[in-house]
Amino acid sequence: MEKLRKYIDKIKPNFEPGGKYAKLRSVFEGFETFLFVPNTTSKSGVHIHDSIDSKRTMTVVILALIPALLFGMYNVGYQHYLAIGELASTSFFTIFLYGFLAVLPKIVVSYVVGLGIEFISAQIRGHEIQEGFLVSGMLIPMIVPVDTPLWMIAVATAFAVIFAKEIFGGTGMNIFNVALITRAFLFFAYPSKMSGDSVFVRTSDTFGMGAGNVVEGFSGATPLGQLATQTSENITLKTTVGADISTWDMFLGLIPGSIGETSTLAILIGAAILLFTGIASWRIMLSVFVGGISMALLANAFASPTYPGSFLTPFDHICLGGFAFAAVFMATDPVTGARTNVGKYIYGFLIGAITIIIRLYNNGYPEGAMLAVLLMNVFAPLIDYFVVESNVKRRLKRAKKGGVTNE
Amino acid sequence: MLSKKTKEALLGPLSKNNPVLIQVLGICSALAVTAKLEPAFVMAISVTAVLAFANVIISLLRNTIPNSIRIIVQLVVVAALVIIVDQVLKAYVYDVSKQLSVFIGLIITNCIIMGRLEAFAMGNGPWESFLDGVGNVLGYGLVLIIIAFFRELLGSGTLFGYQVIPDCVYEIGYANNGLMILPPMALIVAGCIIWAHRSMNKDLQEK
Repeated sequence: MEKLRKYIDKIKPNFEPGGKYAKLRSVFEGFETFLFVPNTTSKSGVHIHDSIDSKRTMTVVILALIPALLFGMYNVGYQHYLAIGELASTSFFTIFLYGFLAVLPKIVVSYVVGLGIEFISAQIRGHEIQEGFLVSGMLIPMIVPVDTPLWMIAVATAFAVIFAKEIFGGTGMNIFNVALITRAFLFFAYPSKMSGDSVFVRTSDTFGMGAGNVVEGFSGATPLGQLATQTSENITLKTTVGADISTWDMFLGLIPGSIGETSTLAILIGAAILLFTGIASWRIMLSVFVGGISMALLANAFASPTYPGSFLTPFDHICLGGFAFAAVFMATDPVTGARTNVGKYIYGFLIGAITIIIRLYNNGYPEGAMLAVLLMNVFAPLIDYFVVESNVKRRLKRAKKGGVTNE
Repeated sequence: MLSKKTKEALLGPLSKNNPVLIQVLGICSALAVTAKLEPAFVMAISVTAVLAFANVIISLLRNTIPNSIRIIVQLVVVAALVIIVDQVLKAYVYDVSKQLSVFIGLIITNCIIMGRLEAFAMGNGPWESFLDGVGNVLGYGLVLIIIAFFRELLGSGTLFGYQVIPDCVYEIGYANNGLMILPPMALIVAGCIIWAHRSMNKDLQEK
């Protein structure tokens, strides 16, 4: 650590104004503050700084994403070898390596494109580099299906970073969740590569690894995809090779789906990290789950064969699709979410409820988490406004009342 | 041939005084008819005809129109011209007319038309008014066609209905961008054009 600090101090003058690489100052500062907490202090007034700045916050979120990411990699391999019928004869390590090789290019593309645009725009504006993309860049590969082409991810990431973030003023100013805008762009621009039953399980080989033929009777439909086509009230969800899926499988996450979203267990580990460190708001997280469960219970009470999903239990709903991922990592984004405490309850509850409504009652969209969070992003400032206004009114009333009794 | 003022009336709206990019008028039709080049082109021509003649007619009538009912008179003139254009389109380019459907009728409500009638034709002679109308619609049509060009090229891979992106590109994995066909992209493309336009003309940038 000491050596690194010394080295950075040694090369620092090159990047100061007038130095050899003065133009790359923002890049240098970005790396320096990534490695070390800046030692600047405020110049006026009395302030208390703690060591948590936004870079440290981002690092914790990345840490919380790791369990879901690792599990996602394993699941990509698991689904592949299941599809080609070689699961039993393949070692754990090979399965994981296959998934790792399949997911890694997506992470690289997402970071290279997103950070590239961030660096360029920071240079143009002469700002220091903003760290917001560290988390978005990790979220993007986790919320896409494994067979989405890399160039599409690159286009969508560029679109999201420019149009959802930079034109609003960069990190901390965006109205919409950048990772979800990427997903929404992919979903509407290239629907055949983002939904349906041919993209969620990779059946071909990855870098020459795991070649084989798909077993007979294979179907790559996700559980939510199958849900929309059910006709009776006895819901039967199958794995890709036709075995029944139990609630335990859904909770554990060995089902086809977007890379990081399948395992509710891994996501809950991430949630524990976020809550323990106090990074994410437990109010939002809790109320998303409460909203989803209440809506699912309500739907279940009025279940009808027209909307086959309404026969599922609330617990199944939470385990399926992107619900848990959205609740833990998307809804809790402090920039796009509600800020007042009461507002957070309303915001989270509506995200949960709308997710289930879209999932059950709109056959065009098998999953609603993405659309629900984006919709509530728009309403978050409005919710905050009314919470603050009603608080002001309540206190004014109390003040007036108090005035009367004093007389 | 053209005095400085008439030249300004004709050419100003193409860039520095563009009705869509600067005054942000006529946005609704820019969103609605720009998914393909052909309807955008027909729309631009239709609005040209309506605005040029409406400007001339109002300019001729401007001294006889009572001030208190001038909006109604303007609307009657515009509505009559729109009906003529609609009938002509139905007679000669029925397919496009069907695609444009209600938007031809809605030319009546196009803010550019009422704007030019009020702002220019009510106070200027017929020749200048004619040039002003043509100039404004050229500016409008230009933006419409630029938007439609990008939307059709990226959204359908065609231009004027002819495939321009070769099959071999599709074979290596390229796919048309379905979002381009949807209305939000028209707004974003228009925003990009405004962005590029203001970057080129620094004097247009707001402080």
